[in-house]
Amino acid sequence: MIFSRYLFFILSFVAIYAALKVLISKKPMHSVLYLTLAFFAIAGHYILLNAQFLAVVHIIVYAGAIMVLFIYTVMLLNLNIQGEFPKSKLAKIASAIAGGLLLMTLIAVFRTYDLKMATDPSLNQIGLVKNLGKVLFEEYYLPFELSSVLFLAAMVGAVMLGKKDIY
Amino acid sequence: MDGNYILYKLILASVILLISLLVAMYSTLIERKVAGYFQDRLGPNRAGIGGIFQPLADGLKLFFKEEFMPGSADKFLYILGPSLTMMIALLTSAVIPWGNTLLINGTEYSLQVADINVGVLYVFAILSIGVYGIMIGGWASNNKYALIGAVRAASQMISYELAMSMSIIAIVMMSGTLSLKDIVDQQHGMNWNIWYQPFGFLIFIICAFAECNRSPFDLPECETELIGGYHTEYSSMKLGFYLFAEYINMFISSAMIATLFFGGYNFPFMDDLNLSHNALTILGSLVFFAKIMFFVFFFMWVRWTLPRFRYDQLMRLGWKTLLPLAIVNILVTGFVIMIKNHL
Repeated sequence: MIFSRYLFFILSFVAIYAALKVLISKKPMHSVLYLTLAFFAIAGHYILLNAQFLAVVHIIVYAGAIMVLFIYTVMLLNLNIQGEFPKSKLAKIASAIAGGLLLMTLIAVFRTYDLKMATDPSLNQIGLVKNLGKVLFEEYYLPFELSSVLFLAAMVGAVMLGKKDIY
Repeated sequence: MDGNYILYKLILASVILLISLLVAMYSTLIERKVAGYFQDRLGPNRAGIGGIFQPLADGLKLFFKEEFMPGSADKFLYILGPSLTMMIALLTSAVIPWGNTLLINGTEYSLQVADINVGVLYVFAILSIGVYGIMIGGWASNNKYALIGAVRAASQMISYELAMSMSIIAIVMMSGTLSLKDIVDQQHGMNWNIWYQPFGFLIFIICAFAECNRSPFDLPECETELIGGYHTEYSSMKLGFYLFAEYINMFISSAMIATLFFGGYNFPFMDDLNLSHNALTILGSLVFFAKIMFFVFFFMWVRWTLPRFRYDQLMRLGWKTLLPLAIVNILVTGFVIMIKNHL
């Protein structure tokens, strides 16, 4: 459908523009908000791929929880003054070299890769709640449960760090 | 997807938008009337008969007030804050089933803008991003009171969102669907979810108060401590947007309560009336609005009855009482479902 192709280009443009602005913006608050915008654009991509569940969960988890905590931190630390993070010349050169190497590797990988859509996303029903739940709780039951243990460990660790001064 | 269908959805969305705005507008008048009644005074009664034009007068006043922007404010975000708040408040109305279907010339037209199969999750998503408008506005004002108000609002909404979602999950487990339309259809007649989930309802309504920043949880705009909270620096219609969004949120929350727990557009003895399909649908929608208006009144009733919480009490209630209760509710629901399946 031609309409969804236009939508794809608009969403991609928004996502890339927002991602760039995350890096360029001087104020941390603006960076955080642009990152949120990028997440919304990616959620739009999920909907184009017929994965509504993934899209909504993406918004709940990233835009609704993680980014709110990010903003919260920025607010509390009051990182408002521009250019508060001066970088040394060494760090700049090192990051330029590292970024260049990454770009080179990516080009080398994708140069020979034939980009085409494997299946028509509108026919693929895996992104719907029922199918995803069945796959998750039948085929990948153990990894799914183990990942929840991982989260529990992270939570306990956070509480431990927060309560450090009591003991 | 033909043009007719898109046109119908556009009209429906506009009508629902207008109704939401109208209800929110008149909620301000009802709120002041209710407050007057509770405090043994008359309330606004000068503009029109019994003060019927008071909301228009308030709106005009807000429009004509001086627009003031603090010099050190972040200009773009300062304007974005109230706009976002208003937009997000109106988003949820898209998935609420406002009525059953209307039969026109043999075609069925649903009175729901979008029956998406992840309706409940969509509501969660809107809930979780609802805090952005307040946080952005509070931060962009560059005012300490506004910042504290915004930080309070954020932590309060994050805390209560959790228990609220958990209380809805019990409903989802019972009905086995994430579509709001299906959840309503399963509560046909008097088979409402409130009879099965009284605890879930209690948790949900308390959290709804907190999510709407309504008293007794209105700490983000607690005027004795924070002047005006997150909208201290706002004036004119930008302030109006913040205040207005609160009433829209109240309306939408009431609609969610009626949908999830009180059968939506279902009412008792609806099959015994021998009405045609369309008449039944319209009557159902009216009943739905009656339920919503009752809960809007309930919001006001509580506001003018209970005093405000202290901040630590608020956090304790959210994390140490409501969240464990909601989890226990889920466990009990799961247990009962399991026993039922084995019988």
